[in-house]
Amino acid sequence: MTSTVSRAVKKTRAGRGAIRQTRGERIFDVFNVIFMLLMCAVFVYPLLVVVSRSVMTDAERVARPLALIPQTFNWSAYQMILSKNSNLLNSYWITIERTVFGTFVNLLLTSMFAYVISRKEYPPRKTLTFMLAFTMWFEGGLIPTYLLNQSLGLVNNLLVYILPMAISPWNCLILRNFFMTLPNSLIESAKIDGASEGTILFRIVLPLSKAALATVGLFYAVGHWNAWFDAMLYMTNNKLWTLQYILRQIVASANTSDLVAASTDASINPPTEMVRMASTVVATVPILCVYPFLQKYFVKGMLIGSIKG
Amino acid sequence: MLRKRLRENASVVLDPRGTVWERVRASIVKHRFLHLMILPCLIWMLLFKYTPMVGLVIAFKNYRGNTTGFAGIFQAPWIGLRNFESFFHSIYFGRLMGNTLMLSLLRLLFSFPAAILFALMLNEIRSIHLKKIVQTVSYMPHFLSWVVIAALTTTLLSPDSGTINSLLTLFHHEKIFFMASEKWFRPVLVITGTWQSIGWGSIVYLAAIAGLPQEQYESACLDGASKIQQIWHITLPGIKEIIAIMLIMQVGRAMTDNFEQVFNMYSPAVYKVSDIFDTYVYRAGITDANFSYSAAVGLFKAVCSLLLVLGTNQITKKLDAGGLW
Repeated sequence: MTSTVSRAVKKTRAGRGAIRQTRGERIFDVFNVIFMLLMCAVFVYPLLVVVSRSVMTDAERVARPLALIPQTFNWSAYQMILSKNSNLLNSYWITIERTVFGTFVNLLLTSMFAYVISRKEYPPRKTLTFMLAFTMWFEGGLIPTYLLNQSLGLVNNLLVYILPMAISPWNCLILRNFFMTLPNSLIESAKIDGASEGTILFRIVLPLSKAALATVGLFYAVGHWNAWFDAMLYMTNNKLWTLQYILRQIVASANTSDLVAASTDASINPPTEMVRMASTVVATVPILCVYPFLQKYFVKGMLIGSIKG
Repeated sequence: MLRKRLRENASVVLDPRGTVWERVRASIVKHRFLHLMILPCLIWMLLFKYTPMVGLVIAFKNYRGNTTGFAGIFQAPWIGLRNFESFFHSIYFGRLMGNTLMLSLLRLLFSFPAAILFALMLNEIRSIHLKKIVQTVSYMPHFLSWVVIAALTTTLLSPDSGTINSLLTLFHHEKIFFMASEKWFRPVLVITGTWQSIGWGSIVYLAAIAGLPQEQYESACLDGASKIQQIWHITLPGIKEIIAIMLIMQVGRAMTDNFEQVFNMYSPAVYKVSDIFDTYVYRAGITDANFSYSAAVGLFKAVCSLLLVLGTNQITKKLDAGGLW
């Protein structure tokens, strides 16, 4: 994919270099570059505002609402958020655990399902694929799911973050399509050598599918990191909340100090707005640091998904 | 060991004699490892995906209270279509249908072409470095949760110190409370939706454009075609199939698309213009504990959505067969 793009780009450049640019073309190019820089500003500006507001006192914010660089830096909101006993910090651990374990379970079950339905000689393959795909089109919906999970004892139980969403039909079909591109002779020869299906999957198929697994795993991981709705539905104990859900509560509530820290230190009592902004920053920074390096995989997954879909 | 396995497999495949039962049993033995592997997945799927579908009968029942759990659904008395009737006769039916379809339509009209336009313009950037930077930056919103995007939006639009209202004050315009204004809330949803999806949405089109043959552009250049003409006459026709497919997929999602966005941004002041099926089902079902009634609303939505998906799948099939062009 990358090589096709760069080749295409090179070709275009060579083609265009042969002919001198007309004035209209130059104006177009300049306009286009300016437009793209503006777009970048539009994407980045909201984040800059949030970062700046997280260290800006209320008085200054009201006096200079358009300022991006505060005159005095006030770190009290971060002190409060990152203090011991902070619920936000606690939710961070919950979210990290959820992302790690959840993604592991996701990948394990999804690759097992995908492997089985990718095997052409397995008779119920078509039925199983249809059953899986059907759940993308029609669902029991919120109420029956909620009542079921409640009856299964998943309320205030960390398993609710992992089990109900263990397999995403979409990701499973992406993986199946990838497995189907692997040469069948590989599996056949392993079988003749006496390898069991488990060995074939874990020793042969999965190691050959690292790129596809990375893509699907990243989709799952981002989903876990950004999840909030299940915490809202099933967790009444705020020690079990995920990062995004506690952030949602902080943003929506007028009294943030109770939410953020279990025992509030009276000496640090930052204004609500600062706490909101600092929480947003803390919840967002990890994913912003990670995604640019994993872009390649995401893009690949997006393309497989849309073309096969 | 090896020979035994081979014989076992061969006998299963080659022996056409045995009875049906024998053959089924042989097949079960032959695929036992695959069966074993699919078993946890199958149990998971039946439990977490298909059991809730069975639970949808709650929509035709009078399920009171929440002490009986999931099993209580089956003990509750049948009341036929009464839940549906009361939904269709309430003001919510028209409101939810209107809002759900309107928000999806606005998304189709604005966010959808925006991603195509963005891809076209990005493709014309000559500097590879600039192109890469813009791409990376434009993917960023896709990785933010709607909770975060809602927080960003509220901050930027806040009437007391938000950027937009500060600018309005600077130009001696009255302040606008965007998030609570029936007139402004839908535009806010459309703009934030576009902001979130434009970069990510452009990936598919960029890849499609990169795959187009370059000879056409070269000869068009020689003939003196302008950039705009090249885009209009070569690039767009070249990617029209992928545009059609993406459009159809988006239409198929029309009933289910906007929940997280609306749910994190709306407030009672703007229910009238933004309440959609999913948000209403949450409020009526979880907040107000009207389980049967809200499940009926949810079922109605799910059936509409299914019909939409089946309809659009039919169109896609025709497209694949070349029937539509």
